[in-house]
Amino acid sequence: MNAITSYAHIKHNTVTVNGTVVFKSASSVSIHEFLLESYKFLAMNYPKFHKMDVQCKLAIIATEFALRETALLTENDLAKIAIVFSNHASSLDTDKAYQNSISDKSNYFPSPAIFVYTLPNITIGELAIRHKITGENAFFVCEKFDPALLINYCESLYLNGIDAVIAGWVEAETNNDEAFIFLSESQRNTNKNAIFKPLNQTTLTELYNLT
Amino acid sequence: MIFASYNNIISPLGFSTEENFHAVTHSKTGVRKIIFPFATEPFCVAKIDDEKIKEHVSVIQAPESFTKLEQLSILSIQDVIRKSGLDPSGERTLLLYSTTKGNIDVLENSYPHMNPNRVYLSELGKQLQSYFKFKHTPLILSNACISGILGIIVAKRLIETKQYDNVIVCGGDILSEFTMSGFKSFNALSGDPSKPFDANRTGINLGEAVASILITNQKTYAGKYDAEVVAGASANDANHISGPSRTGEGLFQCLQQILKDNHSEIGFISAHGTATPYNDEMESIAFERSGLSEVPVNSLKGYYGHTLGAAGVLETILSLESMKHQRLIKSEGYEIKGISGHITMIDRHKEKAFNSFIKTASGFGGCNAAALFKKIN
Repeated sequence: MNAITSYAHIKHNTVTVNGTVVFKSASSVSIHEFLLESYKFLAMNYPKFHKMDVQCKLAIIATEFALRETALLTENDLAKIAIVFSNHASSLDTDKAYQNSISDKSNYFPSPAIFVYTLPNITIGELAIRHKITGENAFFVCEKFDPALLINYCESLYLNGIDAVIAGWVEAETNNDEAFIFLSESQRNTNKNAIFKPLNQTTLTELYNLT
Repeated sequence: MIFASYNNIISPLGFSTEENFHAVTHSKTGVRKIIFPFATEPFCVAKIDDEKIKEHVSVIQAPESFTKLEQLSILSIQDVIRKSGLDPSGERTLLLYSTTKGNIDVLENSYPHMNPNRVYLSELGKQLQSYFKFKHTPLILSNACISGILGIIVAKRLIETKQYDNVIVCGGDILSEFTMSGFKSFNALSGDPSKPFDANRTGINLGEAVASILITNQKTYAGKYDAEVVAGASANDANHISGPSRTGEGLFQCLQQILKDNHSEIGFISAHGTATPYNDEMESIAFERSGLSEVPVNSLKGYYGHTLGAAGVLETILSLESMKHQRLIKSEGYEIKGISGHITMIDRHKEKAFNSFIKTASGFGGCNAAALFKKIN
């Protein structure tokens, strides 16, 4: 039975994990500061984090929170864990920053360090590197969070030999930054904090709207 | 069974699949040196002639209301719909659009009369949906350079899980200052026509193209190839966001996955072959590790440059044509072996009896994908 075993939702400088608020910054705090405070709260030691764009940081932090409540990484083959993300803006936040760096010819500084983040799936790549996850990848772009798409695609991955999926919505857009990451597994894991909700559209819609 | 069926390619080498196949089998390449208004030195790219586009877009209603990418996509999808007779408004039909940067030229203010919102990929989907009256909102996939082939793999899965019967996979990307300056900042561009897998390769030529293919479980739409999408897989190197794994781990994993139930002889491999030193080296290692050293390999980047989100779809279509005509396409630009993995390059156009091929791709973000296609019967 495929289940949702944990989820984390970041919105309005607040992190909710499996329905409970676990971390919060003042609403006046910028997204950059909030993400740094979350990083410190998690006591992470991952210098690469500081080079990432906001979208990658959102995904790394939200997934870190969700993973603490399951044994997903230790009880599944890393090659059989898929990462499936979605959003509306693709990588537009960073695209604009890059475009600014080339639009003024008298102040022309195209930077490979920025350009590389002008692809939405770099978010998947950073997460894969962080946890050494080598399974299936897909980044979908849709107008809004689409539970049917994510559920159906997770199911198709299970039919194709995948054992667990890290999936969700990751959007970096001024005043609209959001990450909703859910973990799905085909076998019960042994972490006592894990939730076991059915992997279906109704449940996923509920969990997303809960916070 | 899932068929790879009716299709179209719009590129510097033509506005139909037939024109494109004819061009590459006659060793024509679309790569030229062009000086762009924003640059002082020429870029070696494969650009679609603006005059040719003007000629063709006259069949579109109100062409000025569409961006360049939308115009080309409409022409490409229209050709597939016309040839197949498929009804886009059908309940069981989906448009899946694969792209890396979509309408990125909107951000460069190329269309001052249009809403800046057009830069959103979902807006590109909406334009195509309303033009063709697709019943469902198009699904957009943006997964760097594997977008095209991953689109075909995703289409197969959506059909397997009974969500649709027909998926038109359209892959498209245009040349823009955005992508050209970005790849240049990486020192990834070659000033001369690219030489995939060659000892003297110095980097990528960028290109632009739109390619569309119908993936279907309906025998009535199976078309002229009698070709099946047998298997597909993607995998991440989990190693570096802008460089491939030195051991070809992710690509190797994809190949293991698609070959595990399919031991029969493979006709050829249509590789990614961007002509960067690291990519081609990585691929050669992955192919050798997968026991594919004797299987003929080509890269089509010497004809089209790297067309980003379109590449996987475009290269799959030409490989299907290759299989239909039992002709292997020469890997343009290859002369002297320049990779350490033992692989067999296709160094001239040749006849060959075969009934299967593998298409692979790898991209930024450490992503890799591979798919296996077979002739039925």
